[in-house]
Amino acid sequence: MKPWLKILTVVLIVYVHIGGLLIGVPRLNILNETIRNLYFHVPMWFGMTGLYTISLYYSISYLRKPTIQTDHKVVAFATSGLVFGLLGLLTGMLWAKFAWGAFWTGDPKLNGAAITTLVYLAYFVLRGSVDNQEQRGRLSAVYNIFAYAAMIPLLFILPRLSSSLHPGSGGNPGFNVYDLDSKMRLVFYPAVIGWFLVGYWVSTIRIRIMTIEEKTAELDYAKQA
Amino acid sequence: MLLSLIRKEFTLELRRRSVVSGIGLYLFAIIFICYLTFSLRRGSINEATWSALFWLAILFSVINSVAKSFIGEKKGLSIYYYSVASASTVILSKIIYNTILCLLLSVVGFVLFSLFISNPVKDTPLFLLTLFLTSIGFSASLSLISAIAAKTNNSNVLMAVLSFPVLIAVLLMAIRATKNIVDGLERSTSYDELVNLLAINCILTALAYILFPYIWRS
Repeated sequence: MKPWLKILTVVLIVYVHIGGLLIGVPRLNILNETIRNLYFHVPMWFGMTGLYTISLYYSISYLRKPTIQTDHKVVAFATSGLVFGLLGLLTGMLWAKFAWGAFWTGDPKLNGAAITTLVYLAYFVLRGSVDNQEQRGRLSAVYNIFAYAAMIPLLFILPRLSSSLHPGSGGNPGFNVYDLDSKMRLVFYPAVIGWFLVGYWVSTIRIRIMTIEEKTAELDYAKQA
Repeated sequence: MLLSLIRKEFTLELRRRSVVSGIGLYLFAIIFICYLTFSLRRGSINEATWSALFWLAILFSVINSVAKSFIGEKKGLSIYYYSVASASTVILSKIIYNTILCLLLSVVGFVLFSLFISNPVKDTPLFLLTLFLTSIGFSASLSLISAIAAKTNNSNVLMAVLSFPVLIAVLLMAIRATKNIVDGLERSTSYDELVNLLAINCILTALAYILFPYIWRS
C-alpha cells in the first residue's frame, strides 16, 4: 500500500469517529441516536463484500497460475473479510437490540449474513484439513469460488423476496430513500472508504508476515541442510 | 463416453445392493422415528412441521448418498478414469447419475411420508417438479463438494460442514415452494420460487462443470 493511502486511511477513520459521533443526525422515532451505527455497521458489510471479492479474484488467478504468493493473498483477504463479517454481525446485533428489541430476529437478511459467515468458517476448516500445500491451495480456491457464488443469492436476492424488518429489503426502503440526509452522507461515504482501506491494509500486512515466515522457514531449512 | 459412464454408475450401484438398501433403510429409519415421535399426540403435525421434517429427512439421506460418489472410490480408480475420459465427462456423468438418485430418494421419501405421516400436498405434479429441481441443485453442488472432501483427511465430517452452507440457498427456495403448495395456493404463486431455483441450479451446475477439472488434476 502506498504511504499516502495509509495516511488517508488514518485521517478517514479518525474523521469517521469524531464526525460520526458529533455531527448532527436527523431525529427519527425509535432509531434516535442509534442511527449513528450506520457509519460502523453498514461499512462492515460493504468492506466484507469487497474483501471477499478480492479473495475471489485471487482464487481465480491461483487456479490459472498456482503460486504460493497468490495463495497467501487469498487467505489474507478471506481472513479480514471474515473479521469484517463478524464485526458486522456484532454491530448489527447491538443495533437490533435497541431498534427492534432483540439481539437476533429471524430476519432473512440476518440469516443470510450468518450463513455467509458459516461458509467462510467452513473454508478455513477445509484449509486446516489438507496437509499438502499445493493441494490445499487448489481445493480451497475451488471452494472459495463455489461458496462465493452460493453467497450472492443469499445476501442480495433472497432477502428482497420476502418481507423483512431490515432496511433495503421487501418493500422496506433503504436508508438513502428518505432519511440519509446530506449531512449523513458526509460521514457515511468516507466511512465506507475508510473501513475498506483498513481491511485492505491489514490484509497486506498479513501477506507480508506470511511471506516473511515462508522465507525464514526456507532459510532455517537451508542452514540445517 | 458420457452414457457409458452413467451406465457404469448404475451397474456398480446395482452390484453393491447393500449400499442402496443401506440408504433406503436410513431414509426409512428417519421417517419412522418422526412417525413414532409424533404419533404420541394426534394431530400435532401441521403443514409447517410436515415440510420441515420432510426436507430434513431428504437433506440428510441425500448428503449421505451423494457423499460416497467420490469419497468411497478406490485410490487407483481416478487414475483409470483420467486415462479413459475427460474431467468434464466424469463430473457430468456424476451429476446426472446423482440427480436421478436424489430424485428417487425424494420420491420414495414422499411416498413414505404420505404413508406413515400424512400427505398435505395439494398439487402433486407441481411438488414433483419442485423435487426434480432441488435434486439437480443438490446433486450439482454435492458432487463437487464430495470431490473436494475426498481429497482431505477427515472427509466425512468435511462433507457435512462444506455442503450445508452451499445447499441452504437451494433448500430455502424449495421450502418456500413447498409452503405455497401445501397451503393450496395457486400455481402462479410458486412460479417465482421455481424460476429462482432453476437459476441457482444453472449457476451451481456451471460452476461444478468449470471447477471440477482443477480438483481432478491432482
